[in-house]
Amino acid sequence: MKYKFLSHTADIKFQAFGNSLEEAFENSFEALKQVIVDKTKIKNKKTITIKVKGNDLKELLYNFLEETLFLLDAKDFIVGEIKNIKIDKDKFQLTGEVVVDMASDYKISNDVKAITYNDMEIVSPSKNGVSQTKYKNKFVIQVVLDV
Amino acid sequence: MYKETLKKISENIYELPMINGMLVPGKIFFSEKLLENLEEDALKQIANVARLTGILNASIGLSDMHVGYGFPIGGVAVFDIDRGVISPGGVGYDINCSVRLLKTNLTEKDIEKVGRRELIHSIFRTIPSGVGGKSKLRLTKEDLNEVLKDGAQWAVKNGYGNKVDYLHTEDNGKLPHANPLDVSERAKQRGMSQLGSLGAGNHFLEIQRVEEIFDERVANVFGLKKGMITIMIHCGSRGLGHQVASDYIQLMGKEYGWPEFDRELVNAPIKSELGKKYLSAMACAANFAFANKQMITHWIREDLKRYFEKIKIDVVYDVCHNIAKFENHLIDGDNKEVLIMRKGATRSFGPGRKEIPEDYLKTGQPVIIPGSMGTSSYVLVGTENAEKLSFGSTAHGAGRVESRTSARKSITADEIKTQLEKRGIEIEAGSYKGIVEEAPEVYKDIDEVVKVSDKTGIGKLVAKLVPLAVMKG
Repeated sequence: MKYKFLSHTADIKFQAFGNSLEEAFENSFEALKQVIVDKTKIKNKKTITIKVKGNDLKELLYNFLEETLFLLDAKDFIVGEIKNIKIDKDKFQLTGEVVVDMASDYKISNDVKAITYNDMEIVSPSKNGVSQTKYKNKFVIQVVLDV
Repeated sequence: MYKETLKKISENIYELPMINGMLVPGKIFFSEKLLENLEEDALKQIANVARLTGILNASIGLSDMHVGYGFPIGGVAVFDIDRGVISPGGVGYDINCSVRLLKTNLTEKDIEKVGRRELIHSIFRTIPSGVGGKSKLRLTKEDLNEVLKDGAQWAVKNGYGNKVDYLHTEDNGKLPHANPLDVSERAKQRGMSQLGSLGAGNHFLEIQRVEEIFDERVANVFGLKKGMITIMIHCGSRGLGHQVASDYIQLMGKEYGWPEFDRELVNAPIKSELGKKYLSAMACAANFAFANKQMITHWIREDLKRYFEKIKIDVVYDVCHNIAKFENHLIDGDNKEVLIMRKGATRSFGPGRKEIPEDYLKTGQPVIIPGSMGTSSYVLVGTENAEKLSFGSTAHGAGRVESRTSARKSITADEIKTQLEKRGIEIEAGSYKGIVEEAPEVYKDIDEVVKVSDKTGIGKLVAKLVPLAVMKG
C-alpha cells in the first residue's frame, strides 16, 4: 500500500507509506495528485527539477507538497510522476524531478486550498529498536489538506 | 471530555469552563438539537484558542461551529492589542472568504420567460470557475499591486460597477494598511490569473427568490420584498490568499516557534514587525477578494442585460467570513480597541456603529448567511445584543457534519441532481464530484443554525431566500 485516505469532517486526510523517507514523501505526493486529478495519467510534456527547503522535516514536507499547488495556480502546470527524490535530512532540503503537463488539458476534481499542519505526522519505523508505527518497518506520513 | 464539562448558562448558550491552561472560558451558541452533533475536536479547538496570549473575555463558538485549522470554523476571539497575538489560524487559508447579496428588479415570472437553465448556463459561461479557473483579464504586476491596495474601489475605478457597490461592502470594499510589499512574489504569481474567477470547493453563485419576510421594516430598508429575485456570490481570495496564509504560518513558526498543542495556532505579537506584516498581507488578500466579487457583479450585470433590457442590480451588502480587524468592544465594562479574529463568522453590528453604511445606520447591518447548495439562505440584521454577547458576531453558514469522503460513498451526483431538479432547482457545475461533496445532507440544518442566532438575539431574522438555480465551481 502506497497511501490511504482517512475520514475527516471538512477536509481530506491521508497517510502515505514508504520503506525510506524519500519513498514516503513520494507516496504523499502521489496521494495529493490523486486528490487533484483522481487517477488520470499525466502525459510527460516536460520534466522540471524542484528544490524545496524547510526549517524542520514537517516544514519540508509542507513546502514540498505546496509546490504542486503553486505550479497549478501560477504556471498552469499539472504534476505527474516524481522521480529521484533526494532529501538532505540535516539541512532539510529536497530535490526531485517532476513530470508536468498543461493543466488546462485535464479535468481537475478538487481545489486543494492548502496543505496544513493539522494532525501532520512523520513517523520513522523504529526508535531504539521499538516500532513507532503499526506498519512494521515503514515510514508513515500523515497530512490533512484544506479543500 | 470537553463536551461533558459544558455548562448551560442560558437558553442556547453554554460555557466551557477553564481547564488545561485556558486563560478564558469558552462560550458556545448551540441549541440542544445542534449539540447532538457537536464535535469533541471543535470544542478542543475552542479550548486551544483560549490558551493564546492576550485573549480577552471568552473563546466563542457560533451555532455553525465545526472543526477547522487552529480556530474552529465558526470561532471568534478578541485580543488585547498590547499583549495579544495574531494567528493566521484565526483567519483561515481562504482569507476574506465572503458573501455578497445582489437584489434585482426582476420577479420569478421574468426568469421563467427566459428559463432558469438558460440563465444559469449563460452566467456559467461568462464567469470563470473551477480549479485553475482562469480569469479573462491580463493584469500587470503594477495592476495587481493596485488591486491589493484598493480592493473593490480599484475595480470601480476601472469601470467595474459603481460607488454604491463598495459603499455597501464591509469596510467600503477596501481594508486599510494593505502594503503589497508584504505579499510574497509566490502569492502574487498564484493570484495573477485568478482575479475575476469564482473558484471551486464550497464557492458558488446562486439565483434566488425572496421566499419570506420576517421583519417588514428592516427588509424595506435593505430593499428586499417577497417574490423579488436576488443573486448571491460566495467566493474568496483564491490562491493568493492561501499562499499568504502559508507564507506567514512558516515565518511565524520560524520566528516565534510552534505551539505545542497545535501548530496551526502559530502566532506573533500583534505589535511585532511580523504581526504587522501579516495583518498588512492579510488586508491585501482581503482586498483581492473584494475586487473579485466586484468584477463578478459587473459581469453578471452585463450578462443579464442581454436578456432583460431594463434590469437593475444593486448590492444589498457584502460581508466577510474569514478576517481579522481592529474594532472597539466592551471588555469588562470598558470600551476599548481590540483585535478581533472571525473565522467562519459574520460581523453583526447593530444600529449606530460607525463601521456600517449610512443607509443601514438606523437598522443595523445586513448579515448574510448562505445555506448549503440547494437549501435556503437567510438575511439577518446585526444587533446591539451581539455586541454584548459575541463581540458583534454571528454564524456564517450551515457548517459541515459529514466528511467529503463519506458523502461520496453514500450519495451519487445524479441522485442529488434529480432531487434538486424535482424541487425546481437548476444546477450547473464544473465537476460532479463537487456536487456530491457539497450535498445538502453533509451540512448542518441551516434553519436551526439561524434560529439559534435569532433566539439568542445575536442576529435577528429578516428574510429567507430560496434557490432557483445554482452555479458551482
